[in-house]
Amino acid sequence: MLTENILTLTIFFPLLGFAVLLFVSRERASMIKLIGLITTLITFGLSLVLYFGFDDQAAGFQFQHQQVWIAGLNISYFVGIDGMALLLIVLTTFLTPLALLGTWESITHRIKEYTLMILLLEVGMIGVFAALDLFLFYVFWELILIPMYFIIGVWGGKDRIYAAVKFFLFTLFGSLLMLVAILALGYLASQYPGGQFTMNLLELYGIGPRLPAVLQGWLFAAFALSFAIKVPLFPFHTWLPDAHVQAPTAGSVILAGVLLKMGTYGFIRFCLPLFPTASVSFMPSISVLAIIGILYGALVAMVQTDIKKLVAYSSVSHLGFVVLGIFSMTEEGMQGAIIQMVNHGLSTGALFLIVGMIYDRAHTRMITDFGGVAKVMPVFATIFMIVSFSSIGLPGLNGFVGEFLILLGAFKSKFLNSYSYAAFSALGVILAAVYMLWSYQRVMLGPVREGGLYGGHTLSDLSVREIVTYVPIILFIVWIGVYPSTFLSKSAQTTKQVVRIMEDTQRGSKTGTAEVIERQTVRSSNQLIPEQ
Amino acid sequence: MISLIPIVVALPLAGFLILGLFGSRMRSETVIGTLGSATVGISFAVASAIFVEMLGMDPIDRKQIVQLFTWISTTTDTPSSFSVPVAYQVDQLSILMTLIVTGVGFLIHVYSIGYMHGDKGFWRYFAYLNLFIFAMLNLVLSDNFLLMFLGWEGVGLCSYLLIGFWYEKKFTGDAAKKAFVVNRIGDFGFLLGMLLIFDRFGSLSFDTVFGSASVLSVGTPVLMWITLLLFVGAVGKSAQIPLYIWLPDAMAGPTPVSALIHAATMVTAGVYMVARCSILFALAPTTLEIVAIIGGLTAIFAASIGLVQNDIKKVLAYSTVSQLGYMFLAMGVAAFGAGIFHLMTHAFFKALLFLGSGAVIHAMHAEQDIQKMGGLKKYLPVTYWTFLLAAIAISGIPPFSGFFSKDEILWKTFSSPYGSVVLWGVAVLGAALTAFYMFRLVSLTFGGDERFGKHHHPHEAPKTMTIPLMVLAALSVIGGFVGIPPSLLGGNAIEHWLDPVFASANAKLGLGGHEIHAIEYVLMALSVGIAAAAIYASRTVYLKRHEIAEQLKNRYARFYNVLWNKYYVDEGIDKAIVNPTVLASESLLWKGFDVGIIDGVVNGSAKLMAVAAGWIRRMQTGVVQQYAVFFVGGIIAIIFWLVLN
Repeated sequence: MLTENILTLTIFFPLLGFAVLLFVSRERASMIKLIGLITTLITFGLSLVLYFGFDDQAAGFQFQHQQVWIAGLNISYFVGIDGMALLLIVLTTFLTPLALLGTWESITHRIKEYTLMILLLEVGMIGVFAALDLFLFYVFWELILIPMYFIIGVWGGKDRIYAAVKFFLFTLFGSLLMLVAILALGYLASQYPGGQFTMNLLELYGIGPRLPAVLQGWLFAAFALSFAIKVPLFPFHTWLPDAHVQAPTAGSVILAGVLLKMGTYGFIRFCLPLFPTASVSFMPSISVLAIIGILYGALVAMVQTDIKKLVAYSSVSHLGFVVLGIFSMTEEGMQGAIIQMVNHGLSTGALFLIVGMIYDRAHTRMITDFGGVAKVMPVFATIFMIVSFSSIGLPGLNGFVGEFLILLGAFKSKFLNSYSYAAFSALGVILAAVYMLWSYQRVMLGPVREGGLYGGHTLSDLSVREIVTYVPIILFIVWIGVYPSTFLSKSAQTTKQVVRIMEDTQRGSKTGTAEVIERQTVRSSNQLIPEQ
Repeated sequence: MISLIPIVVALPLAGFLILGLFGSRMRSETVIGTLGSATVGISFAVASAIFVEMLGMDPIDRKQIVQLFTWISTTTDTPSSFSVPVAYQVDQLSILMTLIVTGVGFLIHVYSIGYMHGDKGFWRYFAYLNLFIFAMLNLVLSDNFLLMFLGWEGVGLCSYLLIGFWYEKKFTGDAAKKAFVVNRIGDFGFLLGMLLIFDRFGSLSFDTVFGSASVLSVGTPVLMWITLLLFVGAVGKSAQIPLYIWLPDAMAGPTPVSALIHAATMVTAGVYMVARCSILFALAPTTLEIVAIIGGLTAIFAASIGLVQNDIKKVLAYSTVSQLGYMFLAMGVAAFGAGIFHLMTHAFFKALLFLGSGAVIHAMHAEQDIQKMGGLKKYLPVTYWTFLLAAIAISGIPPFSGFFSKDEILWKTFSSPYGSVVLWGVAVLGAALTAFYMFRLVSLTFGGDERFGKHHHPHEAPKTMTIPLMVLAALSVIGGFVGIPPSLLGGNAIEHWLDPVFASANAKLGLGGHEIHAIEYVLMALSVGIAAAAIYASRTVYLKRHEIAEQLKNRYARFYNVLWNKYYVDEGIDKAIVNPTVLASESLLWKGFDVGIIDGVVNGSAKLMAVAAGWIRRMQTGVVQQYAVFFVGGIIAIIFWLVLN
């Protein structure tokens, strides 16, 4: 009973807090905050039950729970998680309370609505990673847009409306195409003898790879575009700097920490196993985009004047690594990509908290307004330093594990089949040091500003509450750096299965090229699905 | 005993954690200093005990691996998957490095208690220093490339933290960042080298990789690429041409840091790495040649800059770059043992020189310009005498330590099938330059007239500082005796000790032992004679006939300016690489492509929609007659369409 429902409970638990909050008077601000924090903390606790109940060795999805939803269309409430989903869910439930705690005093108006939106957002995020029904997945996917739109649009900075609309339109544009592809896939399933319209991912795993290459290509493109915008993959990234800069701190933390991973998660969960043939043929172009993103994001980050924008562009660079790892289609690359999703959530989440805390104090984010902050905020300086080096990928901290495995995967990948992918992307490792250390230097080092005034304010070092926010993040930054096996072992089965599908596909396409061509010709003669 | 090696590594880590977490609340410098020094001191004691035990062992048993835990592994069940442990390999080479790191490290910790007295970052300083020792021990003791890389980047981190230790000054931040970034360029090569190694050998463990490599034939192309990439890493870490540019700037850190990190230990990591991978380099003759050429060039290039610098630490920094060049020259001519020997003696005398310069700077209240010193001999007798001994040692005057190690390199450069007379000539020229600038430094600092103002009252450093100086001075004098060559009736103990480590490389190269040749004596006499002449010339110019220096400076003003401005390399790199990259990133990529093109398209299409919507909106005027016109017009259009079809 519990094992069957624990996942559902985790997904919807924030709604309980949501319901309770509806009955709390909006005047009682600290009460509202406390309810929000406690709800997200309990959700984290529930996800830990999942974590410790998870069997590393078992293949497939665990904690499965299925309930008929729309019977006629074979749509069901169907959830379940594998190791990758588990890690991302725990990341979500881990970061959400920290985002609330870290911005305890940053939000001053409409606190109730704000907390409601965060809780709703959490439901959507966990749901996305747990859904095994494509329709359900889409519902969660779109559910996220609404609270995020309001978080940016209501509690954001000066140009919040522009940023919110841009964020909304970019992502909606992508997801509408995905919706078409989802429906088309369900329909195609019904075209097989004895088949019927279905949204069940596990059934569709059997259908997708059998589709002819051209059809796979179109469906892949629709899914991939949606994910690429979310990641964001170059050149679909321009919504990100605006959204980040305008979003309130907690919004940025969640946006960077979790939302971006929905894109990379989507590639591994849907694109690769559903459309393996298309994935192989799209692989070089996506990998090239990923590498451009790594270098481009880093170079543009380097010249930013606003720290928050700098962190935003660094995300483009880091997520480029993740995509490269995925499309190396090797065990190393994919394991690296999954752990790097977690790493990026930790380090970039922490970086946005850092930027938020300094903005709360100085009311400016311009790098040139700072200098010598280390002197007045020594604890802050140490934390900023550790997080920076995590982001740079210093061995012994988390970022290195992901980056190294990704580079290793890209290097030895039979699919990419060229050393240049890894060689070019490794240049990003140099650039990461440049932009992080340069910004750190300009903000933290050097002489203290005249009178110790920054933006006209004096800076006080971190409060106990703020330090408490960072402690768990830094703990994991070191843990993953020193003993990543704890987490790598969770995602090993996911990786193994996807890699096996990809390798089989490549083997098949090499031996059976003639057969594939023949099938395609059949299809073009006015027949959607060839008899198999 | 060997199984205790994790303790050697763990102690400095414990020191770092304790000082890092609680140091800010420790009030007493004595407690902090003692704790920081003791961790390293005990490490040294344990390492020494291991070393003594190894002396009594059969050479084959001296190599042991202590496995701790799996570090990074992609899966748990398939054996072919990527898996790298945290494991330490104790052998003749790594224990020697451990002794140098912890031994010299301990002395420098003790010295720092005096040097850093009164600094408000005292605890932070010792925390970083302990962390450095920890990282460095990982570097030298690792049994695989990846853990070595952890140490490699870890020492880079500590270097960054310690160069920028006095972070309130602008230039320390610049220097720290430059050091880390330039090192990262090298690490980029190291990283790719590792990837290539894993791709080809399926492992990153030294044993497996070297074992598989040793059956390959000399000149296998992939080994050339692997070794070249690894060498890029070494060039960065060990400050060789063209990546040496960070080291002179790194002098912005506290002087004991320069002694420990930027002279005795970290910067020699590249040399250690090449020695560790000797079998790979032995199979790649092209790389060896490049290593030798880069090493030789760096040796004279840096020495020539050192001739004219006036900052006491800058002179020593270029001297370090130059001496590291010698070590690479040794590696390049496959004289691995000689290179490590020089690494060791250099650790003694160069650490001593830096610590001595620290004592001078300490006495002169942060003055570093040797033109504003002079005559310090009588105020700082201990510093002077120890400094002088180190200067003689580095100049290669027998029987000081530097003589034996440098002479071994010179002879191997001449006699090895991978060496040449040209390289030998370069090395001897470098030795002459070294002797000259060292005694220029000694003369201007300690000799001659006092050129400092009356407000200076130089005083000898406290005991915590002078005792390490004396210990290092003793080592600088006698440290070479472990490597007396057979031609001078010695047994060359150190090279015999190291032989098993380089055995397979030497076997591949067909190198035998050290035979006695008459010509060796001739060359030895020649190089010593040249060095002695350089010392004499230098003392004459800078103690008695200052005007010669001025005349030379004026007559060859252009050449002097080139040297004084360090061949304009920094300026060139800024102009050619740094500024264009920043400019292009800002105006082309960000403001041009991102904001201009992509957002232009996005916002443009949004505007297009708005404009189109504006037009369509005009149709909704609310005037019924107009709607009737549209209605009739529509019907007519449909009828036309039907008719035409």
